[in-house]
Amino acid sequence: MSVAVQASPQSRLLLSGNDAIARGVWEAGARIATAYPGTPSTEILESLSLYPDLYAEWSVNEKVALEVAIGGAMSGARSFCAMKHVGMNVASDAFMTVTVAGVVGGLVIAVADDVGLSSSQNEQDSRYWGRFAHVPILEPADSQEAYEMAKYAFELSESYNTPVILRLTTRVCHVKAVVEVGERSPHAITGFTPDAKRWVMTPGNAKGRLPDQIAREGKLQTLAEASPFNRLEPGSDRRIGFITAGPAYMHVRESFPDAPVLKLGFTYPVPVALAEKLAGLADKIVVVEETEPLMERDLKAAGLKVHGKDLLPRLGELTPDILIPAIKGFLGDPVPPASAYPKFEPFPRPPTMCAACPHMGVYYSLARMRKKVQISGDIGCYTLGAGHPWNALDSTISMGASMGIALGMDKARSEETKDKAVIAVIGDSTFLHMGMQGLLDIVYNRGNVTALILDNRTTGMTGGQHHAGTGKGLKGGDAPRVDFVKLVEALGVKPERIRKIDPYMLPVVFKTIKEETEIAEPSVIITDRPCVLSEFYEKIKPYRVVDEDCTGCGNCVNVGCPAITVKRSESKVRADGKVNQLKFTTIDTAMCTGCHMCVESCGPKAIVPAQPIAAVQ
Amino acid sequence: MTNVITNILVCGTGGQGVMTAAEILAQTAVSKGFDCKKSEVAGMAQRGGVVTSHVRFGKRVLSPVISPGTADILVAFEVAEASRWTDMLRPGGVAMVNTIRLVPPVVSMGLFKYPDDPVAQMRAAGVTVYDFDAGAIARDLGDLRLVNTIMLGAIADFLPFPADELEEQIVGRFRERKPAMVEVNKRAFDAGRKAARERAGADQPRAANQ
Repeated sequence: MSVAVQASPQSRLLLSGNDAIARGVWEAGARIATAYPGTPSTEILESLSLYPDLYAEWSVNEKVALEVAIGGAMSGARSFCAMKHVGMNVASDAFMTVTVAGVVGGLVIAVADDVGLSSSQNEQDSRYWGRFAHVPILEPADSQEAYEMAKYAFELSESYNTPVILRLTTRVCHVKAVVEVGERSPHAITGFTPDAKRWVMTPGNAKGRLPDQIAREGKLQTLAEASPFNRLEPGSDRRIGFITAGPAYMHVRESFPDAPVLKLGFTYPVPVALAEKLAGLADKIVVVEETEPLMERDLKAAGLKVHGKDLLPRLGELTPDILIPAIKGFLGDPVPPASAYPKFEPFPRPPTMCAACPHMGVYYSLARMRKKVQISGDIGCYTLGAGHPWNALDSTISMGASMGIALGMDKARSEETKDKAVIAVIGDSTFLHMGMQGLLDIVYNRGNVTALILDNRTTGMTGGQHHAGTGKGLKGGDAPRVDFVKLVEALGVKPERIRKIDPYMLPVVFKTIKEETEIAEPSVIITDRPCVLSEFYEKIKPYRVVDEDCTGCGNCVNVGCPAITVKRSESKVRADGKVNQLKFTTIDTAMCTGCHMCVESCGPKAIVPAQPIAAVQ
Repeated sequence: MTNVITNILVCGTGGQGVMTAAEILAQTAVSKGFDCKKSEVAGMAQRGGVVTSHVRFGKRVLSPVISPGTADILVAFEVAEASRWTDMLRPGGVAMVNTIRLVPPVVSMGLFKYPDDPVAQMRAAGVTVYDFDAGAIARDLGDLRLVNTIMLGAIADFLPFPADELEEQIVGRFRERKPAMVEVNKRAFDAGRKAARERAGADQPRAANQ
């Protein structure tokens, strides 16, 4: 990242899309940049935080992030906000009205769609927001375009008095490609000028602005037709012409080098006249877009005869291995075999928690009481509790949803489920993002829910970002730190129903959860151990298994620590004829950090401190 | 000049250094004036999952992903991962495989079986495999973290630029921050090259793009 920060103009660098956007935003003279972490967008703000003369923050959620950026744009500062696709759902309330009000300083929102769901709960197409909010959409195909469009987006925003969406996908954000950078053009902050008709969106004021919003969309249509980001590339194989955007363009060009292509970068409003020109260069037109058929529908509505999702998948990436068979099949050309070699499919490697992850202590306990509890989960590393060996999560929908869903489960009990305890599990960052409101609802409506806040002092799943509960800010400096106990007490949880525990102390975890679930009122259990990958974690000395003392009971395996593996299995017939599967284990001392959760789980006390294997150098 | 693209797929598991190896390859390619794209699939890399990085370079690179059947070189940091990505190789491509077996919990618990001999499986399918224990070499050199440099050394003679350019890209990273590591990385790089040559045997080496 620092390479891009220090790079002088005209340097040629290998940059990820995220780093390229950060450079473009900075060069555009942006003064305010905000985000809540979310894969694949996270690194944009991390990168921006390293540039001078720019205020950058981790916000508590995407809505607040956008609101801060809106405040900046109202005040005449070029302002930028980044988020993943589902973050835009959170931010959309502010977004759908700032589009009516407009901007003074340019307002650019980078929204990263996780096409193919590498790390998301759904796959959604953020280009819908352009149509929904009547704002332009720019779609880069690689790092160079991401950089250029990020710069241009601010000009576009100011010239047309509109927020601009920079629509990214994982294959832009997380692909490194060569970028030639430029220099920063400073933009002074003009300061806020009160103008109630413009900024106070009462029904009367907003109504007055709606016609402008619609007129703006028409002007943007004209602009898109002439945009240098939209270009017609003639080709010698006229059988099919492609209309495409984003990384899909690269896949199309790779797969069909001789085809005419309309390459779009300014993709909403759709430049229909350009598409008509392509129709003159090719017999048939295929729209290749990830993921929804949005341009396809707009073009069909304009009267063009185009193909699209009748030939191509509506989900996932449109890579050459998908495009080539689909298009060649359509043309009646022979479809080449994908590979000369077989596809071996060995065992899966599902993601798992890290060695000594404090979440394991909680899920080990929840797994022990599995039949007596319903567990409403949330978004974060602790979603892995749904997997092996814990299998201790019943739902995950959206950020903060563990709280409201738990309350709904509590209020909708059947004869069969009436005695089950309802538990909500959420992480610290997610609780501050959107969980607090749900807990308040539980308290206010007298829900019988035990909420577990797993405070590991970081935003773990996205790679360890600071938040309002870590005591540090985006740039690593000290920041005010939320006191979770005081916070939940202020929301109305009785002080005696707030328990703070060490998740490494397995018997305490089990006992505390059991006690709180037996009391029919809202309670909160806060676990307090830092993420093993965070700066706050302190390693202790590793442990080992004494072979002679191991009885093969397998309790330690159920902790779920990847440092513990089964080295030998054995079937043992019991006196009553039943067969016990014994699992004799070993601990990878290089991986073990000495959290001692497995020690707590071991009846025969076969796990003892190990001398660490002399760490070579 | 025709637009010959070199496709290198680096694979392994979270924490093995797959990303770093791919980054070094990509930076070397850029320093040689190639256009280059490097794509990462690592949603949950830190959490024990499967990790791959696609490195493509040439005069002009379009798609950032390597299609099945088109990889010139498969660099596998783990032996079962090598077999997982076998179909990515083009006919005549080579697989450079570290023979370490990293057994995930789902296997040690008995839910899935680890293949007995993934390399034999690949050879039976006709793949040219160079397999060796990079971990043992690294231990002999005194630092397990050298596996990365050893694997890069192993493919150094299969690339469209001289091996010492790749070596310089690696040791250049240490020269400023940890000068003490320069010499041992040079030795690791040479050991990797030697290991690949020794494993040539029946599998004749050839430059991937010739």
